[in-house]
Amino acid sequence: MKRLFLGLLFSTAFASVAQVNISGKMTDNKNKPLRGASITIRNSYDGTTTDSLGNFSFTTSEKGAQVLEATLSGYSTYEKNITIAGAPIILNISVKELITELKAVVITAGAFEASDQKKTTVLSSLDIVTTAGANGDVVGALKTLPGTQQVGESEGLFVRGGTATESKIFMDGNLVNNFFYSSVPGFATRGRFNPFLFKGTVFSSGGYSALYGQALSSALILESKDLPDRTEADLSLSVIGLGGGIQKLTRNKKASWGISYNYTNLALAFAFIKQKQDYFHTPVYHQGDANFRIKTKSGGFIKYYGYVSWNKLGFRTDDVDSIGLKDAFKIENLNTYQNLNWKDKLGKGWKINGGLSYSTNKDDITSELQDGNHVKQVISNPREYALKNFNVKNRAQYAQLKLVLEKKIKGINVVRFGGEYFYSEENTDYTIFNGTVFKQRINDNLVAGFAETDVYITNNLAAKIGGRLEHSAIINKWNVVPRVSVAYKFKDNSQASFAYGMFYQNPERKYLPAITGSNLDYARATHYILQYQRTPKDRVFRAEVFYKKYDNLFKTAYDPNTSREVVANNNGYGHAQGFEIFWRDKKSVKNLDYWISYSYLDTKRDFLNYPGSIQPNFATAHTASLVLKKFVLPWKTGFNASYNFASGRPYFNLKYNSSTGKYYIADEGKTINYNSLGFSLNYIPSLGKKNPKAFTVWVLSISNVLGQKQVFGYNYSSVNDRKVEITPAYKTFVFVGCFMSFGIDRTQDAINNNL
Amino acid sequence: MKKIIVSVLFLALSIGSFAQSEKYVNAMKAGIAAIDSSFKNPQSMLELANKFERIATAEKNQWLAYYYAAFCQVNYTYMEEDKSKVDAIADKATTLLDKADSLMPKNSEISCVRSMIANAHMLVNPMQRYMQYGAESASQLEKAMIEDPTNPRPYFLKGQGLKYTPEQFGGGCKTATPILETALEKYGIFKPASDISPNWGMKRVQALLEECK
Repeated sequence: MKRLFLGLLFSTAFASVAQVNISGKMTDNKNKPLRGASITIRNSYDGTTTDSLGNFSFTTSEKGAQVLEATLSGYSTYEKNITIAGAPIILNISVKELITELKAVVITAGAFEASDQKKTTVLSSLDIVTTAGANGDVVGALKTLPGTQQVGESEGLFVRGGTATESKIFMDGNLVNNFFYSSVPGFATRGRFNPFLFKGTVFSSGGYSALYGQALSSALILESKDLPDRTEADLSLSVIGLGGGIQKLTRNKKASWGISYNYTNLALAFAFIKQKQDYFHTPVYHQGDANFRIKTKSGGFIKYYGYVSWNKLGFRTDDVDSIGLKDAFKIENLNTYQNLNWKDKLGKGWKINGGLSYSTNKDDITSELQDGNHVKQVISNPREYALKNFNVKNRAQYAQLKLVLEKKIKGINVVRFGGEYFYSEENTDYTIFNGTVFKQRINDNLVAGFAETDVYITNNLAAKIGGRLEHSAIINKWNVVPRVSVAYKFKDNSQASFAYGMFYQNPERKYLPAITGSNLDYARATHYILQYQRTPKDRVFRAEVFYKKYDNLFKTAYDPNTSREVVANNNGYGHAQGFEIFWRDKKSVKNLDYWISYSYLDTKRDFLNYPGSIQPNFATAHTASLVLKKFVLPWKTGFNASYNFASGRPYFNLKYNSSTGKYYIADEGKTINYNSLGFSLNYIPSLGKKNPKAFTVWVLSISNVLGQKQVFGYNYSSVNDRKVEITPAYKTFVFVGCFMSFGIDRTQDAINNNL
Repeated sequence: MKKIIVSVLFLALSIGSFAQSEKYVNAMKAGIAAIDSSFKNPQSMLELANKFERIATAEKNQWLAYYYAAFCQVNYTYMEEDKSKVDAIADKATTLLDKADSLMPKNSEISCVRSMIANAHMLVNPMQRYMQYGAESASQLEKAMIEDPTNPRPYFLKGQGLKYTPEQFGGGCKTATPILETALEKYGIFKPASDISPNWGMKRVQALLEECK
């Protein structure tokens, strides 16, 4: 026993003396030294941190069989069984770089992303609202990016030679059918959605994911915000209306709900800013919305957003076919939108994203030909005059169900698949001057299935490969399309991406139902996009070349049964090619942030009633924008300016020759160049005040500051050779508004809850 | 004989555990003593963070080891020049602090470091992140003041933040001084719970007050 005891003592004494040195070098699999890695003998205090050359050295008093660990975030963990006996240990550690979301290349071909969370985004969500000339409209800001056209006579995004209907807008994965206020002749109406609803925006000018379909040119993907930081009430007052809302965060910070209401009335603004149109119904808008967001146990969200929106306006313009007569146009619109979305982790690497949306739209349009005393005129000869008197009642409803499942397989590789079902029903009663009513009912059931995979070969090479299968009752055929994109990151962190994809789309509703006996197919576009991007600190350079081929575009013909222009066949075709450059710089000039974009577009197409392949009237060769943002801290004021330029667009008068049964170009030309300077100013007096009661932003925004003449095209008389310029409703618009938010400070509650 | 063996073993075990505790305290003391001199050297701050994490992982139930590991990580983020790396390091600090928090809930010192972490996130892009992380940082300090009214550190951090905030944002020496003076007063009375309990910041407060004179 004594011996044992002595032995114990001896061994302890020995252990405290024996210090063994462990040293070596840590590198990645390409032999690059790794700095800052933690080297540890598991469950002991002993260890060290690698230096800038990857070297490490430490002594340990542990002995016997031990596990040596080396860890560095972004790299695989190194573990080795070692036996510490007395001799120094020298170890060369090599670890593999993990493919992580933080380091992996992101495929950016064709897409501009605005987000505050993700890396590699070119814009922040705030950029969308602070871009001068955009007037707080999501799409307005996008028009300063490459790929878009400066079309001012109708709403929507005209992307790379595509029409506005070729661009679709999605909120939390679901299609938004009436994103813009109903069309009004000669106007680009605004979007109905407040840009502050969204935390992320992806604007794709081509080659987008298989999750989206029925858009030949472009997808604008909007992601709604998560929980607010705190309970807030807000109030806005401006020259065009007022609004208010409340956003309430629950005590446990797991859910929120909110409601808001906005009223817009342009009477005051029109009193000061002369309008081209003579309004007999000042534009009035009411919109009420509601939302709730619930954070689930696994960090997912259930989100609801819905609104009811009503508006009415009516105005007279000079009739193009006569002198002294007026066209009176009146529209009343009621639109509702509901979107329920569930995004969650299901465990074992599975994720779900499901959405259900329902919307309705009701338009009542009256058009009249009036004399100087605003009395309705029914002139039966020529018939063109008589046809100016009509009524349109449009009742539509849309429903969509979408489900996407995602599974993480090995590392960050992902497989995504799902399906969607889309129901639409549009009923139109078209009443002409003599009381004859044409009734149409367009009904579609569209089903789609899609699958795609994100494959990361290394941190520098990634691919997205997908496909989409679709069937629409209107066409009654199946289609399958491939979508592929690849990105490669170079040593200097610049990257090249390539995207290829095929896209199918149905005919526009206004040209349906198709002429009897037509055997229609989908219109098709094939995109090829090559992009190079360099993002040194605080700067972004991006260049893109693209080629887009259109096949099976819809041609229209005059249908004598309904006196309408309707789809006849798929004999149309076209192409668009060009290059685009984007440069953003926050660094060169202190406190000045600017971006420049330039787009060159060469496009021709034969579609609708075009007599052949021509450059369409919504596309021009050169478009450029300069956007400036400067925040002057001492003045608590942000100054924003933007200059948009576009070369002249073609215009033409297409006339129908009844003897040949074909359209011909009776007249053509090119509009003057488009120039527009926008300016806006945001003054934030409460900035930096500790615990201010209200956070206020004053906004002054002036569109077309220089009052430059803008001509978007020409309206032609159908009875003589007269043509009339299509110009904006006003030269310069001045907006002054004040936005206040009252944060109900819940700090105290938070503290009380935690104690 | 049996009795003797049992009692010897028992004695050996108790000595063992006592020795380990002493080892823990000594290792902690050595680490804490090295913090001050590491403020000028990112590599040694990272080494300290790793060292405290090793102690924490080996001990498993010592909240202070996790606390100091997080504290050193967050200080390291302030020294990191590549802003794109800051979020990941700050997240690591949060993970460590969460472990400290589960061992010692509702602790004023932990709330102080949480405020520092929020601040680190904010500094990556102050213009965009002020609303979220600025508010988070401030509310953690207020929480810390309530959790332990005698703790001078939330006052120190609040005063320091104000001093470096531009005057037009409601900061500067004028607003910072009274808070820093409160902090100094509290440092005068504050007694750390043990040799290795948090007791940093007093010198910094004196230096800040000197700069504001």
